Amino acid sequence: MSELPFRILPQITDLNRNFWTSGSDGKLRFLCCNQCGYFVHPPAPICPRDLSKDLSAQPVSGSATVATFTINHQAWMPGIDAPYVVAIVEIDDQPSVRLTTNIVNCAAEDIAIGMKVRVVFEHRPTPADQEDIWIPLFQPATGTS
Amino acid sequence: MSLDVADQIEKRTCITGIGQSEIGRRLYRNPLELTLDACIAAIKDAGLTTKDIDGISSYPGMAPTPAGFSGAHVTEVHDALRLEVGWFGSGIETSGQLGSVINACLAVGAGLANHVLCFRSVWEASAQGDKGRKAAMPGAGHAGEYRASGIMEWTLPFYAPSAAIWIAMFAQRHFHQYGTTREQLAQIALNARRNAALNPAAIYREPMSMDDYFAARIISTPFCLYDCDVPADGATAVIVSRRERATDLRKPLIRVEAVGTALRGRPSWDQFDDLSTMANRDAGAHLWTRTELKPSDVDVAEIYDGFSFLTLSWLEALGFCEVGEGGPFLEGGTRIARDGELPLNTNGGQLSGGRLHGYGFLHEACTQLWHEGGERQIPKPPQVAVAAAGGGNTCGCMLLVRE
Repeated sequence: MSELPFRILPQITDLNRNFWTSGSDGKLRFLCCNQCGYFVHPPAPICPRDLSKDLSAQPVSGSATVATFTINHQAWMPGIDAPYVVAIVEIDDQPSVRLTTNIVNCAAEDIAIGMKVRVVFEHRPTPADQEDIWIPLFQPATGTS
Repeated sequence: MSLDVADQIEKRTCITGIGQSEIGRRLYRNPLELTLDACIAAIKDAGLTTKDIDGISSYPGMAPTPAGFSGAHVTEVHDALRLEVGWFGSGIETSGQLGSVINACLAVGAGLANHVLCFRSVWEASAQGDKGRKAAMPGAGHAGEYRASGIMEWTLPFYAPSAAIWIAMFAQRHFHQYGTTREQLAQIALNARRNAALNPAAIYREPMSMDDYFAARIISTPFCLYDCDVPADGATAVIVSRRERATDLRKPLIRVEAVGTALRGRPSWDQFDDLSTMANRDAGAHLWTRTELKPSDVDVAEIYDGFSFLTLSWLEALGFCEVGEGGPFLEGGTRIARDGELPLNTNGGQLSGGRLHGYGFLHEACTQLWHEGGERQIPKPPQVAVAAAGGGNTCGCMLLVRE
């Protein structure tokens, strides 16, 4: 656990629990409308298309495309080693669903908009009274984990 | 499209006075006092007294925000000046910082008040003190215990705590899609610095060259230090008046010709439908549906530059150039110079003047329309000005006409 980098973790709620704990079996999941199949992200109690409340977390392939990125050099907080890459990726199953994330296992100069990437999870064990969290990061689709 | 002016109550309103406090880095002054300095200056500028002010509006109001983001709440100013108001309000969920001025126009146009005091005040420089931006970041001092929630839930866990990172990604997308370059973007910063040299109230006034720009350290690609505005302490106030009550005041009328408040994409930094633009796309287009005037009628533009790319993006959103043409529009910097076809950020903007957060642009638009710019006054006496503020999912703009 000591080798894990500093990271601010999300506050887990009944609404977002599925998303942040989904990686426990290596799969990325989003809330999905059981009526029309639309992925709703960030999670909300209704589907914006048909206003159905019949939603459940459903897995996606884990493949995504880099929509944009930045190589950050500023040390915004103690405990973060810069430079690092922040990206917005589009989930291939439904590209309107985007995640702000980090691109890992890839040299910053090799990252490009349009690049195919694949989810990889960082497991964050937490104190016994709280749930473990799996942070979805992305690496080149051709890379190995 | 024909306009039904009767439905456009902003046209019944005018800006009648402006005021600003002392502005600087780390003034370590009471932020409410700074705010009141600006408010009293604006009231006097209009030729009014506190007895005449019957409305009050501000951004962001009593919202949970980082230290220094707000210097005073509406309630504090209301009480300090013992105002008797017919309408008051504040909030951060509106069309950018100028949304609070637009709300005042709506209240005045609807007859709820005659003279609304609007203010925005910041003391971010003093709040950060000598500890830098780290001191003002969410979770600062709580590492390990702090959990991200709200919109920060989706950015903080990925080391993206700052709008510098979020907006850098919009810029990068624009560079990729349209071939925009850092040299073109630099013109926003260089133009601001040239104008700041002529503004005694600006914070950074020494000359800056293209070499200086490229020598600056990178913050988050493609942004270097000079693409990011500087935290400051200071307050700005404006008075929005009902036209019928403004005709015998001190100054020529500045009519609010049109406002732009629309947000048709998702209200999100990363789920917005087009990552090469942002909410300003909708606010800018909205503005031109409410006036017969055209972008070519604008004599001076005061456009938000919290980050340089926001200005480029607004230039496209407001139709001063085609979408994707912001880079070539800025090329060489002559078009946006004080003697160019669209003088831009004539007071040095926030990049060189300090992060007064939106209201500084409206203040400068009025300064230019009243020909009070002194050394930085643009050569052609302006009649039409645009003021625009905000970025990401919160943007609003105003078109002003001197009568």
